[in-house]
Amino acid sequence: MNRFFAFVRKEFYHIQRDRRTVLILFGMPLVMVILFGFALTNEIKNAQIAVLDFDHGQHSQRIIDRLLSSGYFRLRQSLTSYRDIEATFRQGHVKLVVVFPPNFTNDYAHDGLAQVQLLADASEQNTAISLTNYATSIIQSYNNEQNPPNAASPLQISVEPRMVFNPDLKGAFVFVPGVMAMVLLLVSALMTSVTIAREKETGTMEVLLVSPLSQLQILFGKVLPYLLLSFLNGCIIIALGIFLLGIPLNGSLLLLLAETLLFIFLSLSLGLLISTIAETQLVAMFASLLLMLMPTIFLSGFIFPIESMPRALQFISQIIPARYFIDIVKGIMIKGVGLGYLWKETLVLVSMSALLMGISLHNLKPRLE
Amino acid sequence: MDKAVITNKLTKKFGDFVATNEITFDVAQGEIFGFLGANGAGKTTAIRMLCGLLKPTSGDARIAGFDVYRQTEQIKQVIGYMSQKFSLYEDLTVRENIRFYGGIYGLNRADLKAKSDQIIEQLNLGSVADKLVASLPLGWKQRLAFSVALVHNPRIVFLDEPTGGVDPITRRQFWDMIYEAADRGTTIFVTTHYMDEAEYCNRVSIMVDGRIKALDTPSGLKRSFGTDSMDGVFQILARGTSTK
Repeated sequence: MNRFFAFVRKEFYHIQRDRRTVLILFGMPLVMVILFGFALTNEIKNAQIAVLDFDHGQHSQRIIDRLLSSGYFRLRQSLTSYRDIEATFRQGHVKLVVVFPPNFTNDYAHDGLAQVQLLADASEQNTAISLTNYATSIIQSYNNEQNPPNAASPLQISVEPRMVFNPDLKGAFVFVPGVMAMVLLLVSALMTSVTIAREKETGTMEVLLVSPLSQLQILFGKVLPYLLLSFLNGCIIIALGIFLLGIPLNGSLLLLLAETLLFIFLSLSLGLLISTIAETQLVAMFASLLLMLMPTIFLSGFIFPIESMPRALQFISQIIPARYFIDIVKGIMIKGVGLGYLWKETLVLVSMSALLMGISLHNLKPRLE
Repeated sequence: MDKAVITNKLTKKFGDFVATNEITFDVAQGEIFGFLGANGAGKTTAIRMLCGLLKPTSGDARIAGFDVYRQTEQIKQVIGYMSQKFSLYEDLTVRENIRFYGGIYGLNRADLKAKSDQIIEQLNLGSVADKLVASLPLGWKQRLAFSVALVHNPRIVFLDEPTGGVDPITRRQFWDMIYEAADRGTTIFVTTHYMDEAEYCNRVSIMVDGRIKALDTPSGLKRSFGTDSMDGVFQILARGTSTK
């Protein structure tokens, strides 16, 4: 056991000494989550909007002025009827339509309660979400100014956002599970396969094989540090998703962590399999990128919805582990379902891990004879 | 005294290709045994079988009395190994390398400490003990690699072209270390391309096409082949095969 411990400690030295590794390990998830979470939405400036004002009163006019002077919005069109809305969205320039119902000013001034409707083009989900959020907060701050402090019955404007084209915002949160799948694959599979290939390249593998360490100890010693680091990484991404991006965690955290561990184990098996074939770091890296990262990005449903793929690609996507993992994470976090619903995906991942681990261990034997 | 290495008709075939063909020799404990041959003559295959990395196709071999078929785990404990690539981790410090190799051979904490201090003092590496190995000159790395291969006091140490790419003076210093180790009773099994190094060995075997063509002391070999240098002996044996 002490021998094994000495080996694992050496692996941590390697990781710690290699700045690039550390950077990839901990910089990548952060950058990716921020990139996918904010990059798209941060670009919103002068988004084109349309206004459908049935009210033509002073409050509706002032709110429109507020919106347009905020810097976020620019008026492209004033509409006259509901029918115009869909046509406007179809043209694609207008991302948001603000609708003031008849008597808006009257209701607001006399009843203290009025409604505004915001319609957003949700085919670009992130944009739609930010636009409605910005517009809502501008309208609410206008509302606050109208209220005298300590008013007994404060005035209220209820803002009613509606997403057009993609009403339940399917896929809005898909990138966090997707990023998780990608980062874990990258760290687990790529790093392990590269680090094993490096030992072969530098000739230290020979020395290890001549030493009393068993081959399983060597492999497990290689895998263990990355298992721990990947798991830490998974936790970081989950935390970023929840606290930074506001993704709900409706299901069990324990189940989520267990499934994450399962996926990491699967990725490590893949990495081991690659390392039994690859003799150099370069080969290991390309094999990892081509065999795992690309299919994961394109075929897991992370970026392109599986439903809209050609039949042949849909078929291939069934052997992409990340696809199942993404479904599991979405299921647990967003839908809040448990193992009762996710047992099929879990079973697929378990079988895949067993198969891959089996093949890699089998592949190792003949290398020593 | 016990023989460190005994082989009897040791053979390895890869398909139809016979890499080592019925080689038979023995090496005494404490002997410096030179294992010579051109590239592809079967040296590496032979060493791999002796280290327990490769199963022989037929024949027998015993390392420190342990059988290469069934007792590879015991063999691993009593042998050391150093390859031409020096097999140190460049991104680890001198001390970390020593402790790592000592650790995987099962040395305990106190032994590790004592051994590290001893090696660092012997090699005069005190000033760079906590520097990365990558920053050391080639000759220092080589001597460190040799000391590390001896960290668990093996009975036999296999050196696979340990002096590749090193200048003659450094090579000479390295051989001083080999002599010291042999004087302490360690058996040295060394392959080399350099014929001047062959002269330093107690006995030398020369492999050609998977067979051992000659085995004797350097002076004995020179006498029987009627030449005054090991280089001459090697040329005669190598040319003999090329005209065949």
